[in-house]
Amino acid sequence: MVDETTDNGSEKWDTYISSGRGYFDVNIKELWRYRDLLMMFVKKDIITVYKQTILGPIWFVIQPVLTTVMFVIVFGNIANIGTDGVPQILFYLGSITIWNYFSETLNITSKTFTDNASIFGKVYFPRLILPLSKVVSGLLKFLIQFSLFLVVWLYYLFIKKSIAPNIYVLLVPVLLATMAAISLGFGLFITSVTTKYRDLAFLISFGVQLLMYATPVIYPLSRIRHHRIWLWLNPLTSLFETFKYAFFGSGTFSLPWLFYSIGFTTVLLVLGIIIFNKVEKRFIDTV
Amino acid sequence: MSKGVVIKAENISKLYRLGQIGTGTLSHDLKRWWATTRGKEDPYLKIGVENDRTQKGISDYAWALKDISFQVERGDTLGIIGKNGAGKSTLLKILSRVTTPTQGSIKIRGRMASLLEVGTGFHPELTGRENIYMNGAILGMAKKEIKNKFDEIVAFAGVELYIDTPVKRYSSGMYVRLAFAVAAHLEPEILIVDEVLAVGDAEFQKKCLGKMGDVASHGRTIIFVSHNMQAVQSLCKSAIYLKEGRLADAGRTDKVINNYLSKEVRSCLVKKWDEEEAPDGHVIKLLVAEIIPELANDTDPITVNTNIKLKFEFISCTDSLINLSLLLYTSSGGCIFNVGTKSMMLKKGQRYISELEIPANLLNDDIYTVNLLFVKDTSVILFKMDDLLTFEVFDEQRTGNWYGKWLGAVRPQLNFTIKNSL
Repeated sequence: MVDETTDNGSEKWDTYISSGRGYFDVNIKELWRYRDLLMMFVKKDIITVYKQTILGPIWFVIQPVLTTVMFVIVFGNIANIGTDGVPQILFYLGSITIWNYFSETLNITSKTFTDNASIFGKVYFPRLILPLSKVVSGLLKFLIQFSLFLVVWLYYLFIKKSIAPNIYVLLVPVLLATMAAISLGFGLFITSVTTKYRDLAFLISFGVQLLMYATPVIYPLSRIRHHRIWLWLNPLTSLFETFKYAFFGSGTFSLPWLFYSIGFTTVLLVLGIIIFNKVEKRFIDTV
Repeated sequence: MSKGVVIKAENISKLYRLGQIGTGTLSHDLKRWWATTRGKEDPYLKIGVENDRTQKGISDYAWALKDISFQVERGDTLGIIGKNGAGKSTLLKILSRVTTPTQGSIKIRGRMASLLEVGTGFHPELTGRENIYMNGAILGMAKKEIKNKFDEIVAFAGVELYIDTPVKRYSSGMYVRLAFAVAAHLEPEILIVDEVLAVGDAEFQKKCLGKMGDVASHGRTIIFVSHNMQAVQSLCKSAIYLKEGRLADAGRTDKVINNYLSKEVRSCLVKKWDEEEAPDGHVIKLLVAEIIPELANDTDPITVNTNIKLKFEFISCTDSLINLSLLLYTSSGGCIFNVGTKSMMLKKGQRYISELEIPANLLNDDIYTVNLLFVKDTSVILFKMDDLLTFEVFDEQRTGNWYGKWLGAVRPQLNFTIKNSL
């Protein structure tokens, strides 16, 4: 939609508006020009959460703590699912922290168009800025929760000495980037296909909940004895297993499946951006 | 040849689908997809009807805009006028890149910012300071730019004291002032403004118009949409007039505005109702509202030297102390005068007649609208009729050699003389 175009080879125009729909005309330069806006959105997301609260950002860690307690009681003790010998608190806290990042980013980016229709209808900026800002603000929130996990992890590592992490911990940035990309790609895809026909939007919020059970979040992959291939096909599986393997020394690490996840994510993200770009131009007429 | 042209719009058209989106639209989408993947033209582009909303269309599609072409030169101020629904907002949306045209293209040179509303992206929980940065960033300003102008913005809005208070605690006036202040300090080469001036009090509106005038005089280009003909007249050098999605006229502002007024405004000299269907009908039953000009022939036009009588007939439905108040508006929306009758104790069920005479040589040539109010105890508005009657006053056959528009809201004949000073 926007590019540097020459008219009759002599005149230079800065902006060109037409009905044309190129497939991959993401304007990186323009995105970069709007980086301040991205930071403002991130700041807004973080600040508005704890305005008028006393505990402030502490609320970010209370939710995973309470969920962990619940999981320890329900899955650890009542259902007795097992954690591959990893302390239950650590196992659930780690899983929940990454799962929350994925599910929250997916949930919010998959509503980009419908949630922001009022802004999008009034002013132009590269639409991709908004979902990107959600990825970043989610990441900041994740880092707060992750540091809580690290504290607990260090406790079990040095004081209890009950876990054996390994060098694959260095893969964490890769895992995180893949996680961010997969939730963004998935979210972009969903928000784009649900602007006109909203059917899929109904599916997504509980679909994400169901997906949690199809991912080794509350159970270790080793518990699954048959047809494990189906779980491996879920691109999140190898991310979770690699994470657990790296931090706890338990779990199933598989390099080919990790590459599969990264490849899957790349394709999904590219597809997501393409379709998002196509939809953003006229979604306001159908949303 | 078009060195100074900064906006060039060519054959812009916009097709909208009417009705709801549901399973029915899916088959259209599939047909369209099938046609375009085979390299054929979209089958639904041919069947759109014109944007005449008074008639029920035969097609599911309507052209909100059809074949609009125009260009704007650097430093020009272009006004866009037209009735509600003529396609002004659609055109603005396309220009500000909120949506894309179905056909046609626009080329733009230079940085552009658009103000379709003030305060886009304002978050009630954020403070004034945070919102200035937020809003500025959304409008395309870099953080550094906002920082440099921060004090100026705050001073313009006059909210120094509250700058670190969340805007949800602001009065609505403060909120709007702050929002406009940010927008006013944008420095794009091209500024697109919707009717944001409709907000705020009169003083603030004046300030905004002044600020926009400043912007225009600094060589920047402005595109301005408004219903306020006075504002368009005073700000814009040229204008385009949209009618039912098509370009009806373009050129010098006064010429276009006149064309617009003569085409869109129809006089309505008399309105009558039966007792059962009288408007309101609870406190007052208005039966007749009529403008009776004193003319030699019935077919003569009302001119600036015609005596005009306004007559209203009504039935009171209560026993109360009532007076009538009448407001006369010019076509550009300014109120010429507000006159009231004395209060009178009305009896229930009784018929009354109220008359007002507007003498010749008071009104200028223009199109006037009458609003009528029924007021109880000189303070409570019981019943209000906006745009009750409309009439046009034409210019007389003037003596002398000057035929330009006679200026002024009114055109009284006052005793203004020249004498020999002995």
